[in-house]
Amino acid sequence: MLAKRIIPCLDVRNGKVVKGVNFEGVKDIGDPVELAIEYNKQGADELVFYDITASYEGRGVMLDVVKRTAEQVFVPLCVGGGISSIEDFRDTLRAGADKVSVNSQAVKNPKLISDAAEIFGSQCVVVGIDAKRNDKGGYSVFINGGRVDMNLDLGDWVKEISERGAGEICLNSIDTDGVRGGFDIDMLNFVCERVTIPVIASGGCGKIEHFSEVFEKTNSSAALAASLFHFKELTVDEVKAHLKTHNIPVRT
Amino acid sequence: MTAIIDYGAGNLFSVKNALDYLGIENKVTKNAEDLRAADRLILPGVGAFPDAMRMLRESGLVEVIKEEVQKKPLLGICLGMQMLFEKGYEFEETDGLGLIKGSVKLMTPENLPIPHIGWNELELNKPCKLLEKGGEYVYFVHSYAADCPSENVAAYCDYGMKIPALVFNGNVYGAQFHPEKSGEAGLEMLKKFAQL
Repeated sequence: MLAKRIIPCLDVRNGKVVKGVNFEGVKDIGDPVELAIEYNKQGADELVFYDITASYEGRGVMLDVVKRTAEQVFVPLCVGGGISSIEDFRDTLRAGADKVSVNSQAVKNPKLISDAAEIFGSQCVVVGIDAKRNDKGGYSVFINGGRVDMNLDLGDWVKEISERGAGEICLNSIDTDGVRGGFDIDMLNFVCERVTIPVIASGGCGKIEHFSEVFEKTNSSAALAASLFHFKELTVDEVKAHLKTHNIPVRT
Repeated sequence: MTAIIDYGAGNLFSVKNALDYLGIENKVTKNAEDLRAADRLILPGVGAFPDAMRMLRESGLVEVIKEEVQKKPLLGICLGMQMLFEKGYEFEETDGLGLIKGSVKLMTPENLPIPHIGWNELELNKPCKLLEKGGEYVYFVHSYAADCPSENVAAYCDYGMKIPALVFNGNVYGAQFHPEKSGEAGLEMLKKFAQL
């Protein structure tokens, strides 16, 4: 039986893992390769590097981080942030990533999804989405880190993503992100009902029970978290031990 | 030395990274002489069956591989595992290497997405030198699966249907999953292969 995945996410800026605290400055957490090795030891099923540098120089630093991680960590690596072309996909995969995540650029140019799926295979195309509940009872898609409303309905968008051959969706809820009150169960169900590709839950996890909740109440395939792991409030193996007591299949 | 066969359709570098990490001497190569000199062979593969078989044939290595497996172990990974069988039915019927009986067909799990992506559990069918107990979780990414006699299956995994996950026949081994992306369990298997 397929295991539910636990995925630590590392935001990388200029070769360092950082975590934004209340929009005011960012806190330096440490070296991405060392953290990746540590999470791998804890039993992480996959690792996500998110490049928040968004500059040409930063890109090279990021690819070097990916390369050095791929030499020492033998679980799938997903890399996102600033991916806007097939060349970006190719460079990132060549550096040793197994999957590439696109977000804003896919909304602006959806053909990037189908082109990448055709050239590199669906399995390596992850589409990240930032969405928020709207006043019409549905959800709207935002880009640029949740700052720009695209007037795009989430239901329409996930259908298009799926038809264009994306391999997975990483769904981040702007409403729950950073609040630590739990994943956005309603939004995850909204998406899981509309697509058959795996959905990764992101945004809102604040305590261990939120992991069992998301797998018991939604069909999400994986759960992603950052600060909980970075600030050592929880380890991946603690989360998995907890999920096991809830009879949720995990890799141990 | 372990030869990682480079015929233009492989995930060569993750395999090489894993062998380097384990301290297993290896060489990424497309030279027949290297394959003859090697102690064992790894056949990686990513992409589609017909293209990969065409590239392997054009590399002129098909006959060399068939000769060498009489004398030394071979491990096929993912599409490289599928190519060990007699035939593939991805897009069109294509001859495989025919080193293990059976063919490769589109998976048809009920109510489950394709491709099969993620960590799944190995269920022991018949012990082999790479796997004695089973129960390990390993990483899969594939849409096609082998249809082959149970006697050649070391382990299945369950994805709405029984999928041959690790197969073997004499010197020839095939992993549908990616041992180089399967954490400790995968590295352990590569280590055992390097000791054959």
